[in-house]
Amino acid sequence: MGKYIEMIRIRFLMMLAYRTNYYSGILIYSINIGAYYFLWNAIYGDKGSIEGMSALQMTSYIAIAWMARAFYFNNIDREIAQEIKEGKVAVELIRPYNYLLMKTMQGLGEGIFRLSFFSFPGMVIVALIFPIAFSADPVTWLLFAVALVFSFLINMQINLLTGILTFFFYNNTGLIRAKRVIIDLFSGLLLPISFFPGWAQQIMNFLPFQGISYVPSMIFTESFSGSEVIHAVLLQIVWVFILVLPIQTLWLIARKQLVVQGG
Amino acid sequence: MEKIIEVKELRKEFKSHSSRSGLKGAFRDLLTRNYKVIPAVNDISFSVKRGEMVGYIGENGAGKSTSIKMLTGILTPTSGAVRVNGMDPHKEREQFVRSIGVVFGQRSQLWWDIAVQESFRLLKKVYNVPDEVYHDHMSHVIDSLDIGPLLDKPVRKLSLGQRMRCELAAALLHNPPLLFLDEPTIGLDVLVKLKIREFLKEMNARYNTTILLTTHDLSDIEALCERVVMLDEGKIIYDGGLSSLRSNWGEGKQIEFQFADTAVTKETLQPLLAEMEAAWTPGGRPNVWIANVLNEEQVISEVIGRVVAAHKITDLKVHEISIEDIIRNIYEEGVKNG
Ligand SMILES: Nc1ncnc2c1ncn2[C@@H]1O[C@H](COP(=O)(O)OP(=O)(O)OP(=O)(O)O)[C@@H](O)[C@H]1O
Ligand SMILES: [Mg+2]
Repeated sequence: MGKYIEMIRIRFLMMLAYRTNYYSGILIYSINIGAYYFLWNAIYGDKGSIEGMSALQMTSYIAIAWMARAFYFNNIDREIAQEIKEGKVAVELIRPYNYLLMKTMQGLGEGIFRLSFFSFPGMVIVALIFPIAFSADPVTWLLFAVALVFSFLINMQINLLTGILTFFFYNNTGLIRAKRVIIDLFSGLLLPISFFPGWAQQIMNFLPFQGISYVPSMIFTESFSGSEVIHAVLLQIVWVFILVLPIQTLWLIARKQLVVQGG
Repeated sequence: MEKIIEVKELRKEFKSHSSRSGLKGAFRDLLTRNYKVIPAVNDISFSVKRGEMVGYIGENGAGKSTSIKMLTGILTPTSGAVRVNGMDPHKEREQFVRSIGVVFGQRSQLWWDIAVQESFRLLKKVYNVPDEVYHDHMSHVIDSLDIGPLLDKPVRKLSLGQRMRCELAAALLHNPPLLFLDEPTIGLDVLVKLKIREFLKEMNARYNTTILLTTHDLSDIEALCERVVMLDEGKIIYDGGLSSLRSNWGEGKQIEFQFADTAVTKETLQPLLAEMEAAWTPGGRPNVWIANVLNEEQVISEVIGRVVAAHKITDLKVHEISIEDIIRNIYEEGVKNG
């Protein structure tokens, strides 16, 4: 286990080595939050609530959705793809660890870095500029934290899956890009799932994406009530288990027919 | 002595796609791809004993790296059996890789963006090396490779030679009994090369570390290995002592005879070298034959004397042969003539 924790630390150091990425990240996230804040205010006008959410809940939703994204989002899929293309997996396979688990830990290291140096201070600043409702209930915070861990896991698993697919479709940059758009859209980052038309909601209920952004944000803004929260978190857990299956299968197949590029 | 590496009938095939020509061909490629199966490693068998340092050589594309990738469990063999350190490298991967160290000269195993010592620290955790063992062993490795001053630099800022020394230290961090080196001296200057050779020799003497080394620099082999395994187009064409390679192929001297009679054959010449450490190889033309002999005045004079007494010659040259020439001859002609 020590090695996996050490990997989190190493990734932390790597993030520090590339601080400029981090500053530009802050800028992009602030712009997004600001833009959506004004957009939603215009949409709400003087309506009290839409789809059961007040304007205040909506702006809090947007702010927390983006701050949560800083934690769960990473480019591990692109990294895996690159390591496969350059034949670097060869080096990973001569190490006594589980490659996918190591990649997950790197994602976690990156997430923790951004959570502590980006999301927390960012949230303080955003709260000063825009009105945001923070729950006073510690249970809400706890449930939010739990939901956030699972949202990280689901997103990570989808990243691993897209990354591994590089073994089969040698060039999958298109796939990776499509995946990003799909996640941003269907996870509820840009628009809460409850705002989608009924049939779309039906479909999305059968997909893992809402576990990534919609669930933790709804919990944070207390837009879910009692049993809804439990149901949502359980759904996240179920998806984490379901996704293990295709990942392990593809990984085993890939390992067997692996062709390492280059001498 | 105990066998560290045992390889039987090992084979690896790669499918290589070939594109059809023209637009019509491109459309047909969309439906069915034409491919050829190329055996990169073609049913090779050999074994290595504990403590041996073996040179694994061959031309570009001979299949050296492919074999090493199978021996280290990275690639699955198409067929054949591999046992290394008593394990199946592919099946028992996590357990197995703890017992080997690997350096690929062409790709880095250290983490590019962080200081060398951070990579070492991570590897120490990965291999569960206890503190005392680590300090004991690594302070020695760091001293011998002279990398102390490099430890706090990020890998991307190191020169090739500096990085390679760190790679070697990283591969030996868990003090594995078996070390695979795939072109570890590629692109290095003479001094760094010497340092690395000295270091490998020392590791071998101190811990009885078994080393399998590929390189295109034959002086590496001469400095380190008593035994060479030579590969050509995926097949082993020579497996034996470096010294017997020398004597088989004429230590130091090649005597080239140009005969007046164009009908001379190996058979007619063979008896002339009876009970001597020498062998005939064909020269460039039908009437030119080369006697590969030991570099001893007695043998040289005896061979020249016998040949000249038996046949009329029109020209005679005596060449010095280096190990490089020998190997080149083998690459060009194969061992069959030897
Ligand atoms: N991923 C691959 N796909 C298809 N063919 C491959 C692949 N990797 C290697 N080969 C082929 O296998 C053969 C052996 O390659 P290998 O890398 O083992 O050679 P090598 O002996 O290490 O050569 P070098 O001295 O140039 O490093 C070559 O003909 C190469 O074209
Ligand atoms: Mg090679």
